[in-house]
Amino acid sequence: MISVTIEKKLKAYKGQQVLKVSRTFEAGSITQIYGPSGAGKTTFLKIIAGFIEPEKGNIIVDGITWLDTKSKISISPQKRIAGFVFQDYALFPNMTVRKHLEYATSDAAWIERLLAIGKLETFTNHKPEYLSGGQQQRLAILRALAIKPKLLLMDEPFSALDPEMKSALIGELKMIFDEMGTTVLIVTHNPQELNGLADGELNIN
Amino acid sequence: MDLNPIWLTLKLAGITTLLLLVVGLPLAWWLSKGRSFVKIILEAIITMPLVLPPSVLGFYLLLAFSPQHGIGKWLHQAFNIQFVFSFQGLVLASIIYSMPFMIGPIKSALQQLPVSLSQASYSIGKTKWQTFVHVLLPNIKPSLLTAMVLTFAHTLGEFGVVLMIGGNIPNVTRVASIAVYDSVEQMDYAAANAYSFILFSITFVMVISVFVFNKYQLKSPLE
Repeated sequence: MISVTIEKKLKAYKGQQVLKVSRTFEAGSITQIYGPSGAGKTTFLKIIAGFIEPEKGNIIVDGITWLDTKSKISISPQKRIAGFVFQDYALFPNMTVRKHLEYATSDAAWIERLLAIGKLETFTNHKPEYLSGGQQQRLAILRALAIKPKLLLMDEPFSALDPEMKSALIGELKMIFDEMGTTVLIVTHNPQELNGLADGELNIN
Repeated sequence: MDLNPIWLTLKLAGITTLLLLVVGLPLAWWLSKGRSFVKIILEAIITMPLVLPPSVLGFYLLLAFSPQHGIGKWLHQAFNIQFVFSFQGLVLASIIYSMPFMIGPIKSALQQLPVSLSQASYSIGKTKWQTFVHVLLPNIKPSLLTAMVLTFAHTLGEFGVVLMIGGNIPNVTRVASIAVYDSVEQMDYAAANAYSFILFSITFVMVISVFVFNKYQLKSPLE
């Protein structure tokens, strides 16, 4: 189970606003996070991943304290190993599709399975600049899955996919999440696009 | 024509570039991350050689490393190292004098990389060092090359600093730029022209090569 209670000041066009979230997520649950632009959805995910520090709060994952501002505990992102799918994909321009996955894991069979899930088997030697937007987004998802994370944070992960590809991929992901017991938080502007993937929701506004 | 000044210049530029690469990479990386008062001061000090007259820098280095006082005296007595009027003195002066040419391009390139690249690497459990070697460094290759060539070319052309701390000792500190000056002083324009032409040619080829290489790198999605 993941317990998150955080408070973070956000810079906004009309001065400052405060992101306040207090919520628990059951292990293996899939939660969609929605809310207006600038409400702090991405910031929320980045706080959990350890990229941003909130002013106040604590994060406890399976009984382990990842963050406690009172006790000044904050374990590094490398130790949290929460899979993260970035909104801008954050692919490494110097690495091919296969190299992205090999950089994340040495499990060759898992890499082959991921390539099949993302339908990128024929693009393994392509660098990101030679992939379409949809292919890049799928690679970003595969890279995050490569480490078999217990917690997966996805920021607008399906925005560049066509409906057919999105539907097929969501089906595959659902199977993998069940298999690995992954807890997933998905930021989306369009909750309908998840095709029932999520079993819970969080409104940040 | 005595070619020793040319070899000495190339040796000085090569050693300076390699040492600055080793020192400059971690320093540029550290400077590229966030701002603090210490970093601002350090960056200002690193940038000073760009605007300071070389003779001023050379004069202070001469004072600092003179075997008669302070650090220079201690280095001489404790380790038998002498920076004044020696080749190692030229290397030290060149490192300080050319440092902004190595640090500047690398730091700017690192700052221009999206922060999410590092974060993506951390999220899959990679350390800062692994991220630097496998993700950041390969994606700043053009700037790295530019920094190395600028440093090398700038060291080739040093005059004031080298003259102040190294003097004009044949085979030890008499680099090509000083040989040009010396030849003119002796009215030997043929030798001055030969040294100048060689320096000009080397620098021109290097700069052109960087432009050509970076032209192909424009295809990079980061540009």
